[in-house]
Amino acid sequence: MITNRRSEFKLDWLILPLLGAVVVLLLWQMASTTWSKDLPGPLRTWTASKPYIMKPFEKRGELDQGILRFTWYSLVLVVKGYTVALLVGTPIGFMLGLSKFFSKSFDPIIQILRPVSPLAWLPLGLILFQKSQPAAVFTIAVCAMWPTVLNTAVGVRSIPQDYLNVAKVLKLSRTRTLFKVLIPATLPYMFTGFRLSLGIAWLVIVAAEMLTGSPGVGGFLWQEYNALIYEHIILCILTIGVIGFVLDRLMSLVERRFKTV
Amino acid sequence: MAFLELKTVSKGYGSRSEVLKDINLEIERGEFVAIVGYSGAGKTTLISLIAGLIKPDAGTITLNDLEITDPGPDRGIVFQNYSLLPWLSVFENIYLAVDQVFCNWAPARKQQHTEKYIAMVNLTPARDKRPGELSGGMRQRVSVARALAMDPQILLLDEPLGALDALTRSTLQDEIGRIWEEHKKTIVLITNDVDEGIYLSDRIIPLSAGPNATLGPSIAVPIPRPRDRKAINHDPHFRQIRREVVEYLLGVGGRRHVTVSRKLFLPDIEPEDLNAPRSILGSRRRPIRRHEIRKETLESHS
Ligand SMILES: Nc1ncnc2c1ncn2[C@@H]1O[C@H](COP(=O)(O)OP(=O)(O)O)[C@@H](O)[C@H]1O
Ligand SMILES: [Mg+2]
Repeated sequence: MITNRRSEFKLDWLILPLLGAVVVLLLWQMASTTWSKDLPGPLRTWTASKPYIMKPFEKRGELDQGILRFTWYSLVLVVKGYTVALLVGTPIGFMLGLSKFFSKSFDPIIQILRPVSPLAWLPLGLILFQKSQPAAVFTIAVCAMWPTVLNTAVGVRSIPQDYLNVAKVLKLSRTRTLFKVLIPATLPYMFTGFRLSLGIAWLVIVAAEMLTGSPGVGGFLWQEYNALIYEHIILCILTIGVIGFVLDRLMSLVERRFKTV
Repeated sequence: MAFLELKTVSKGYGSRSEVLKDINLEIERGEFVAIVGYSGAGKTTLISLIAGLIKPDAGTITLNDLEITDPGPDRGIVFQNYSLLPWLSVFENIYLAVDQVFCNWAPARKQQHTEKYIAMVNLTPARDKRPGELSGGMRQRVSVARALAMDPQILLLDEPLGALDALTRSTLQDEIGRIWEEHKKTIVLITNDVDEGIYLSDRIIPLSAGPNATLGPSIAVPIPRPRDRKAINHDPHFRQIRREVVEYLLGVGGRRHVTVSRKLFLPDIEPEDLNAPRSILGSRRRPIRRHEIRKETLESHS
């Protein structure tokens, strides 16, 4: 019984994912040999990417650096934009959740701005800030803010009446109500928003770097496309995916911690 | 003038017919009054009115000759579903109230006061636990301790034992009786259990079925204290009072069909999460909200 369960566990977490990976690799190989000759196969991708992976922090030139070094540049930008998004988004979310007036006034405009693509915001950022880095931070902040705003607002609105009654009966002041009741009750929602925001921030940085050509994973990807080194495009795609996955996992760990509180 | 006075109070929600109509109630200082009625009759509405959480459509409510306009810590409430803050420990939940009401005390004194009330409801071993880790009976006791620690003029108990099993229920009934003897606070106890109401109170008042629920005749309970749970069943007063209350509830104040029950949803500790992480292979999404569901019925052993 126990051994059975253990083997099932392995099947779930090791064998099946490996199987999936092998299938994708085979399809990729087949595609590269038959249907699209320009697409480098898995093996060629590996040999061409090896120096970038094996010496991940090497700096050989401005646009020829180890893959983790590029990742680091991207992450720094993401952190900046993400921080702005949280600092701006959370209070907006609270106001939307708390005030009917505020919510009625700004909800329509938020619904209109929310689906706008990062590609549309970036030129505006360039006009506003002249330089590519602050423009990227601006774009990340504007695009990544919405899940935080909306989740916080939903969280505030769904605080059970009981908790608010406690605050009323105790005659807690406004600030005390905010810190003792509203924020703790909303935290789980806020962190869900934070996690979704981080995912978007990571999506946006790649697009922003591709458009501005600044050093980073996205910038590297675009440059290697122009240089016709297609293997590196695949390296970048995989890196972007892995980093995005790791970020999401980390955030969901943090989220879970706050959920049990 | 009575300590707590409700005069021709009516209350409805929105366009529907009134929930409470023409409620008149006078309660003296130190009295223990039980109000018993069907679920959905408007008992919680009545308590919320006295608490000041909602305003009457008509009539006046006065406490100590002062009209009640908003909620305040002079009226300690034990809500029907405990209303503890799930992110605070037992101590912190009570301390929050103490800190607020006795804001000019030294911190050590506030702490000591809090500990005293935790000990009073026998929860010292669970002092640092969160409400989620406590049983229903323990949560209820925290809620009672929090209300008492504010040293209110009047204690409002809204079906405090409704969600508990019979054994815990009788233990806590005795605890409430003991607390009343000790503190001599004015208590309004809302209940759906006629026996419980008679066992604990000086006076029991039936609330007729809604809509347009109103209070029936007030019936004094002249059974000497301390009362004995076993002996009371054979007390002729007890049987007489119970008959009167049940007759009122089934007769004048009754409703068409008598066996009413409804599901009561106690809010869960964890808020809803629409964006719970889902993995493709991993376990299924866990239930979004674990309601604590129970049936609420009027118990009339006639
Ligand atoms: N906030 C509210 N909005 C609308 N209707 C309500 C509200 N609260 C209670 N009611 C209605 O008022 C009636 C009495 O409710 P309640 O006071 O909770 O009854 P009880 O506590 O006796 O079970 C019920 O029919 C209920 O549906
Ligand atoms: Mg009720």
